Amino acid sequence: MVIGGGLAGLAATMKLAELGIDVDLMSLTPVKRSHSVCAQGGINSCNDATRQLGDNEWKHFDDTVYGGDFLQHQPPVKEMAYWAPKVIDLMDRLGVTFNRTPEGFLYRRRFGGTLYKRTAFAGATTGQQLLYALDEQVRRWECEGKVTKYEFWDFLGPILDDSGACRGCLGQDLVSMEIRAFPADAVILATGGCGLIYGRSTMSMVCTGSAVSRAFQAGAKYGNGEFIQVHPTAIPGADKLRLMSESARGEGGRVWVPKKAQDPRSPKDIPESERYYFLEERYPEYGNLVPRDIATREIFDICVNDGLSVEAGRQCVYLDLTHIDPQELTRKLGGILGIYEKFQGVDPRFTPMKIFPAVHYSMGGLWADYERTAEGGLQIGSPRNHVTNIPALYAVGECDYQYHGGNRLGANSLLSCIFSGLIVAPGIENLLASQEKTAADQTGSLYASAVRQAQQQHDDLLKRSGGGENPYLLHQQLGDVMTKAATVVRNNAQLDDAIETVNELAARAEKCSLSDSGNWTNQNVVFTKSLLDMFPIAKTILKGARQRDECRGAHYKPAFEMPSLKSDEAAERRREAEAWCDRFEQNIDKWLKSTVATWNGEQPDIVYEDVDTSLIPPRPRLYGLVGAEEIDQVWKERQRNRDKSAGGNGAAKSGDVKEPAAT
Amino acid sequence: MGSTNGNGKPEFITVRILRQDGPGQESYWERHQVPYEPELNVISLLQKVAAQARSVDGKQVAPVCWDCNCLEEVCGACTMLVNGKTRQSCSALVDRLLEDNSNEIELRPMTKFPVIRDLMVDRGRVFQALKKVQAWIPVDTYYDMGPGPRIARKEQEQAYPLSECMSCGCCLEACPQYTKVELTQQDGESAEDFEARKAKAYDHAFIGAHAISQAVLFNSHPTGKGNADDRVDALTAPGGIQLCGNAQNCVAVCPKHIPLTTSIARAGRAATVRGLKRFFDA
Repeated sequence: MVIGGGLAGLAATMKLAELGIDVDLMSLTPVKRSHSVCAQGGINSCNDATRQLGDNEWKHFDDTVYGGDFLQHQPPVKEMAYWAPKVIDLMDRLGVTFNRTPEGFLYRRRFGGTLYKRTAFAGATTGQQLLYALDEQVRRWECEGKVTKYEFWDFLGPILDDSGACRGCLGQDLVSMEIRAFPADAVILATGGCGLIYGRSTMSMVCTGSAVSRAFQAGAKYGNGEFIQVHPTAIPGADKLRLMSESARGEGGRVWVPKKAQDPRSPKDIPESERYYFLEERYPEYGNLVPRDIATREIFDICVNDGLSVEAGRQCVYLDLTHIDPQELTRKLGGILGIYEKFQGVDPRFTPMKIFPAVHYSMGGLWADYERTAEGGLQIGSPRNHVTNIPALYAVGECDYQYHGGNRLGANSLLSCIFSGLIVAPGIENLLASQEKTAADQTGSLYASAVRQAQQQHDDLLKRSGGGENPYLLHQQLGDVMTKAATVVRNNAQLDDAIETVNELAARAEKCSLSDSGNWTNQNVVFTKSLLDMFPIAKTILKGARQRDECRGAHYKPAFEMPSLKSDEAAERRREAEAWCDRFEQNIDKWLKSTVATWNGEQPDIVYEDVDTSLIPPRPRLYGLVGAEEIDQVWKERQRNRDKSAGGNGAAKSGDVKEPAAT
Repeated sequence: MGSTNGNGKPEFITVRILRQDGPGQESYWERHQVPYEPELNVISLLQKVAAQARSVDGKQVAPVCWDCNCLEEVCGACTMLVNGKTRQSCSALVDRLLEDNSNEIELRPMTKFPVIRDLMVDRGRVFQALKKVQAWIPVDTYYDMGPGPRIARKEQEQAYPLSECMSCGCCLEACPQYTKVELTQQDGESAEDFEARKAKAYDHAFIGAHAISQAVLFNSHPTGKGNADDRVDALTAPGGIQLCGNAQNCVAVCPKHIPLTTSIARAGRAATVRGLKRFFDA
């Protein structure tokens, strides 16, 4: 049973079908309409051209863990980077209309957090094109009878046997409202992110996180909840904050504000000398393509703290493409420029766009296991890969917590979704071969009683009266609290308030009255259920953020920020750098750990898990910091001493990352 | 609606919605009023309508049901008739609609598909058509076999617009030859039997521009060419391309400006060639 028909769910489905396994595929929406269609910019891998400039899979791996602030277990990430070229080759064979060079090779562009052009793309609708290719393959298997789709069905939760293993799941038909048990030998959740907890985000309406929450409430662990990516560039809207892809900057887009606050002139009348290209000035190496967490904070900072927002009434900065040839823009970015034009009524080929950050991606998600090889990769075919702490319940794609650590690099999500979907399949094949008991051996009463219980809850919700709370308005309030407290900048007093408010809202949500008590396509009750299930995840995000007293990736608490170096005097500066590195080391010991939450019925309980950083040792993330060179120097000296005293082959452990000879 | 808030914008937006409680039931009009805000789209209007769950005469009503997902016109879910025009409701901006008709905004479900409830329709037939034309690349395996065939930029630029089709159904709603097929499950008929009967009925009715265009897309791919004949045969089977009346409405309403009539012409030529070949082979 696969839940969710985005890239990860479809990749898993088609691979399982190829291995001869029958798959039921459940989705809230026809799978072709899944949220993966919203991904725009592209998909990363090192490639023949970048290799000749010194790139390789190891460097892609390194960029990913460095960009993610070292918070991800490294073996799955390493494996992903090494598979990336193969994943793109496969998608190419499946007919994805990737942009081509004049000679007919795949065109590549540069994305954030790397200095190489690794990103393959299909216009600016890459996610849509990749999803369609997988949708087509799954349709092919559907015609062959290997796949049965349940579209417009809502996952209500896993069904666990007496030993606590997953033996199937509950689903509800969103049209007839029928609740049914689906016996299965393994259940894969591929249900994406939880952006709707923030009210408006760049995510689609199905991204409520409810499926994940239902697994969480059934005992699955949730990792790194507080790591929520806020995308630097989105178009503010009343119903949604529409993504404006990083590829706009990858193709040369420049972010700026007028030096004079709220300069009333049209942007084109503002001369170069009166524009502040703040990303380029502050980060000369990466420029507009710094990792997303940094770009987001800078845009937020320039508007909120420096007061340089383009408009007085609302916060936004210019994202400018007008210096690029309009025909070239259409070829490479047509899809997203069309979105801006359609929703804002302005053509971004000729007028700079106005953008602001928006909640975009959950790096955190269901805790998932993996089996490590001696070389530090994944043991392909291991049933442990991507299994949650509940046996036979798996998680892949955005809804798992692997791969992206504290911050995801652009164009790595399409890769992680397809990769995790593909590699979960051989593990499940082996699981099925080794299972002593299958779903078919279960007594019917396991499923019948699960259905009865779910039906009872559903009926109670429909009949509930007198509470008077409106689920749609509560959702807005939840979104406001979360957006204020747990996005770009976080502080403990505000988080404490938010935790209190969310607890109150959760209690009020139990008193929701439905305006529709019917049993035919009742969207009111479905929404109310998903709202109720937002609270466990919202509480987990807030508690994780409250407890994590440091800055890491997307989690930024100014009170715990590592300072820049201040002194101009060499010896003093050196001493400051030493102190900086001391503090950095202490912080690694204390906080380089994944947050792992379990649900106790009322609140999340949090423990911390060590991160496997055995392949690339953590190092300071110094993009743009004053004193970066001195700190880097001190850090490398220390690393060399550590390597020497460890006495081993320092190649893989050195601060300078090199690909080990073995790989 | 005379009252305005002083800058020419109305105080309230009136939305007239054609509702239907379930398949086969009578439809009825219902009016809702929502306070005006700038920069709304039809989806945000519907969200406000759902939240207040009260019609204009103060009556408590069930929230209006509709389908949507991405809200940026790439998923195709939220197609409906907005002021009589088939389009995605997410990209239907209220301020623009009010410029055309300041009195009210009218929302109706698509007419070529069975209504499930209110503005939500069953578009299963759209996807059935993709099965019929085998709209996929028949690769041998998903194991790593190296890169795909080299494709010239010009070919990619021709294929890309076709691959942007999001199966939204606008081209079908506008097509005079595409008529509604609505079946009801009979007493004693299993869900599987009903699905099979529906699939058969869909296969015999007109396939529609979107699927013809997808067949052309896959027939132009170096690997997809391998079973091009199967696709052409599917296009010339009952319900196929011969039913196209060349009204050219499809291309006019396509939100992605896909050159559907060009695809139909290309498919027509392929069908002729295939017919002649068969004639001479026989």
